[in-house]
Order: sequence, then C-alpha cells, then structure tokens
Amino acid sequence: MTLRLTTFLRALAAFLALTGPALAQESSGPLRIEITDGVIEPLPFAVPAFVARNDAGAELAQEITRVIAADLANTGLFREIPQEAHVARIGSFDAPIQFSDWKAINAQALITGSVLVEDGGRIVVQFRLYDVFSEAPLGDGLQFAGTAEGWRRMAHKVADAAYSRITGEDPYFDSRVTFVSELGPKDARQKRIGVMDYDGANVTYLTSSDAIVLAPRFSPDGSRIIYTGYESGFPRVTVIDVATLQKTTVGGVDQNMSFAPRFSPDGGRVVYSAEVSGNTDLYVLDLASGQTSRLTDAPSIETAPSFSPDGRRIVFESDRSGAPQLYIMPAGGGEGQRISFGEGRYGTPVWSPKGDYIAFTKQNAGRFHIGVMRTDGTEERLLTGAFLDEGPTWAPNGRVVMFTRETSGATGAPALYSVDITGRNLQRAATPAAASDPSWGPLLR
Amino acid sequence: MKTTAIILMAALALGGCGNRLGGAGAGAGVGGYDPYGAGAGAGGYVPGGPGDPTSVAYFQQSIGDRVLFAVDQSTLSPEAQTVLAGQAQWLNSNPGYTALIEGHADEQGTREYNLALGGRRANAARDYLIGQGVAAGRLRTISYGKERPLQICSTEACYSQNRRAVTVLAAGAGV
Repeated sequence: MTLRLTTFLRALAAFLALTGPALAQESSGPLRIEITDGVIEPLPFAVPAFVARNDAGAELAQEITRVIAADLANTGLFREIPQEAHVARIGSFDAPIQFSDWKAINAQALITGSVLVEDGGRIVVQFRLYDVFSEAPLGDGLQFAGTAEGWRRMAHKVADAAYSRITGEDPYFDSRVTFVSELGPKDARQKRIGVMDYDGANVTYLTSSDAIVLAPRFSPDGSRIIYTGYESGFPRVTVIDVATLQKTTVGGVDQNMSFAPRFSPDGGRVVYSAEVSGNTDLYVLDLASGQTSRLTDAPSIETAPSFSPDGRRIVFESDRSGAPQLYIMPAGGGEGQRISFGEGRYGTPVWSPKGDYIAFTKQNAGRFHIGVMRTDGTEERLLTGAFLDEGPTWAPNGRVVMFTRETSGATGAPALYSVDITGRNLQRAATPAAASDPSWGPLLR
Repeated sequence: MKTTAIILMAALALGGCGNRLGGAGAGAGVGGYDPYGAGAGAGGYVPGGPGDPTSVAYFQQSIGDRVLFAVDQSTLSPEAQTVLAGQAQWLNSNPGYTALIEGHADEQGTREYNLALGGRRANAARDYLIGQGVAAGRLRTISYGKERPLQICSTEACYSQNRRAVTVLAAGAGV
C-alpha cells in the first residue's frame, strides 16, 4: 500500500513537473522539461453515493455523485473504483469514516457528501475529501448552496475542490465553452454559436444558422462573446451579449473584412485582423472610446492575434517569412519577434492563461498538430496529430487544451477534443452535433 | 485547348453543385439555365439563355465565372488571366451589372489564415479586372476562406477546384 502511494506521488510529481510551475517562466530561462513517463498510473478514488438528507434529494444525490466521478475520471489522473466494488456504504455524512473499508478496495482518495433539497427548492451540497492511507481529511469540508437548475455546477465545484487539493493545480470543471455547432453537408454547412458546460451539458444556442459564424471567443468575464459573422453579407467582428443576445458590430467599418478577434485580458480592447485590398493586418480597438489603431503594416498576412495574460504583448501569425509562423510583438504594435522555427507552418497561437505556454496549430507533411511551446519558442511539444486538428483554446487553469478535429472526405465533420498539455488523455467532448472552434471561458464564480 | 478544358470543368462544376452561394446571380433576373446545354453552339438562341452573349448564363458558362489558384498562392496563372480578360470584356460591354468576387481556399489550412488567403485571391482577380478597364466601383470582394468548398472530397482533385475566385454578377450600376 505504501508502494502504491509512492508510485502515485512520483507520478503526480512528474505530472506537476511537466506542467511546470507558472512562476518558473521566462525570467529564469528555459525550464527543462522531458517526458519520461509513458503513462501515469491514475489515482484510485471512491465516491460513494452522496447521502440524501431528505427524500426530495434522493435522485439528485445520485446524479451529483455521477458528475463528480466523471469530472475526476475524465482527467485521466484519477480512476474511479465503481460503487459495486465498495464494501461499505456511507449512511450518514457526519458518521466517522471506517478507513479500513476503503483501504480494502485500495481507494486512495475518498469523497463523501450529502444533498438536501429545501422546501423552496434550494439545494445544499456538502462534501469532504479524505486521504485514505493517512486516515485524515484533505482540507476542510465544504458546503455549496444554489438553485435546482444549478445542480451540475455544484457537482463541478465539489470535483474542482478535490482536483485542486490533490494536484495543487487551479480548478477548471465549473466552466463553460462556446463553440460553433455545425449541421448539413460540407459545401453548405449551417453554423450557429453554442455555449455548453465544459463537459458538453446544458447546451444553448446564441445565433440562428442564417449566416456563417466563425470562431467565437469569450470575454474574460464570460459575459460577452466575440466572433466573426456574415450577418451583413460580409465577415465582420461582432460582439454578442450572452445574457441579452444583443449583437454589436465592432471595428472595421471601412475595411473589407474584419475577423479573428480576441478580447484583451481586461476585456476593454479587442485585437483583430482586417483585410483592405487583399492585404490582412492587425488592429486593436478600444471598446470604450471606439478608437482603432493599426498594429502592423506589411504586405504579408498578419492574423490570429492573442494577448498575453498581462495584456502587454500579442502573439500572432504572419507569413512575412514566406510561410505562416508565430511572432510576438508589444501590444501597442512594433517589431515582431519570430518564435517558431520548426519544420512546417504554424498558426492560431493562443497564450496560456498562466502565461507559461503558447498553444498553436502546426501543419507539416500533410498532417495537422496541436502543440505547445514556451513563449520564447523553446520546448516545442506536439500534443496531437491528425488529418485536421486546429484552433486550440486553454482551460482556465492552463493545463488542458481543447481544439477542433475534423475528419476527411465528403462526409468529414468536425468534433471537439481535449488533451492535457503533457499530450496525455485525448478525449472527445460530448456535443449534440458536429462542432468546431471551441473557446474555453473563465472559471465560474 | 487548355482554356476549353477549364471552361468545361467550370460548367460541369456548376452543373454538379448549382450556385448555392451565388444568390446574386439569380437576382439578376436570369432564372434557371440548362447547364448541360452549355457546349459551344448547343441549342438555339434564347434571350437570357446561355446562347445569349449578354446573359449571366453566358458569362458563367462560356466565359467562365471562376479562376483557380495553386496551393497557398494568389498569383494569376496565364489561364486565369485569359478567363479574367474575358470577364472584363463582358463587364465592359454590359454596364448594367456589378460583380462580387468571392475568394475561397481549400481545407488544408487554418480557418483564419484561409480567410485572409481568400481575400488575397479575390483581390488578385479584382485588380486584374480593374487593370482591364472595369470601374472599381462595380467590383466588391468577399472571402469565404474554407467555409464553402465546391467539391467536398479531401484530395487534390477537389482541393484544386476549391482554391478559386468566383465572379458573381448582380444587376446594378455600382458606386
């Protein structure tokens, strides 16, 4: 048993080393990262059905338990010991834990909880996390309360707390993803903007499929989504308010086409591409003043801009060298410094919310890859490879990347996938229809 | 010979997929045409039909409404220049039309780069038409990137048809 724990701790240490502490970026020079472990042995955990504190909560307690288990197991870092294998039941949330019952099935982490549905419909969820082998709680018990519709969020909050306490990383389960839902044949795709929980639940649609919509991106607070829409007949950067669905076209009125927008980390500026007479350059728009400034002025294509988390720099894609490569420049414009030097073409760079990595799309030898590199271009690591992978987006904790994978041929269709920045745990996200262009929103409060 | 082949391919492509995006072409009041009667001299003269040199159908089929590009390129091949010269001549003789030039890319590229590339291609065609005397105010461009492929297979046979700039006519005098 001690051996198992040691194995897990070593694996966990390897995971953390791979993902790297954020404070070790840039100033301290290149951090040496080597992938030496083939597979991390996932941590076995048990999450017995949460105790329903009244009859009204019985079904919900089961469902909340399932969502917590799925959140943790889907990371690939944890393995659920199924309830059928448990030798003990938790009858009362406050009863003492018989750790021997959980050691007997080799559970290393134990999550217990209770669910109460109050008369007014409000739900109260309590939970505790235990380290089975040291026979002690890991952190304090927590209690969440909310509306019945918000039950999945409370389950995600519980799983987030467990994930954070065990890995030391920031949480990300209680978050949403905006994406493009796709229907119809490849030469007449109908697209509309959707929003879903990170795990594919609670899908809602924000636009009709009357006009092409591309690459929606959340504002930093999640209240707005910016995208490229053809509502006017021409591609235009458009902001939609998630609550009211009110749309506003921003920037680029005298430009032929504006696209590839992203918010600044403070939500006050938008950086985007505009095409004038066939030439695409980068511009930044201050939303409060409506003032637009031009950031690049070159005959090459400059597109796919993304701010650094401190808002002071912009990483973007340019074919000024003859083929698309990645560059970083000051947020006010100026000389771009090339950071990608590997074989092939690089595009769609996105700065990690932790600031430590840049995720990108790479096209080489007839295949597409999602990869990450340090902000100085070192330590390039390809996470995926397929016929067409593109457009990475970061989980709020900067440890998981979601992207579009499209299959080839006449019946080819896109789907959303996620992968750890170690390259492990490739997972297809559950969406009701074909889907593309994911953008991961902030951790919900 | 090569020109004939391109025009024929363009006609076949139209026959196969219609003009889903076009819309503007149908708006010119021309209505349907028979894509299979497109061969030179086929069928009798019908006003507005493909045999009528002032018709949109004639522009699409006999002159050719599209030019194709090499991978990642927006330079006009000699064949493309021939087609565009024909388009310019037609536009100069038929001043009652404006044109929207759609730039497209194949699926081998990221969404955003392909939008920019489509913009380059549409503008390369537009610049050529302007150079041939077509008033700039009659010509607009739009890029669809890789959003509207004409052919949907994932091989070069389809990609080569998708890397295109299509001149879509609409009735009007322009600005």
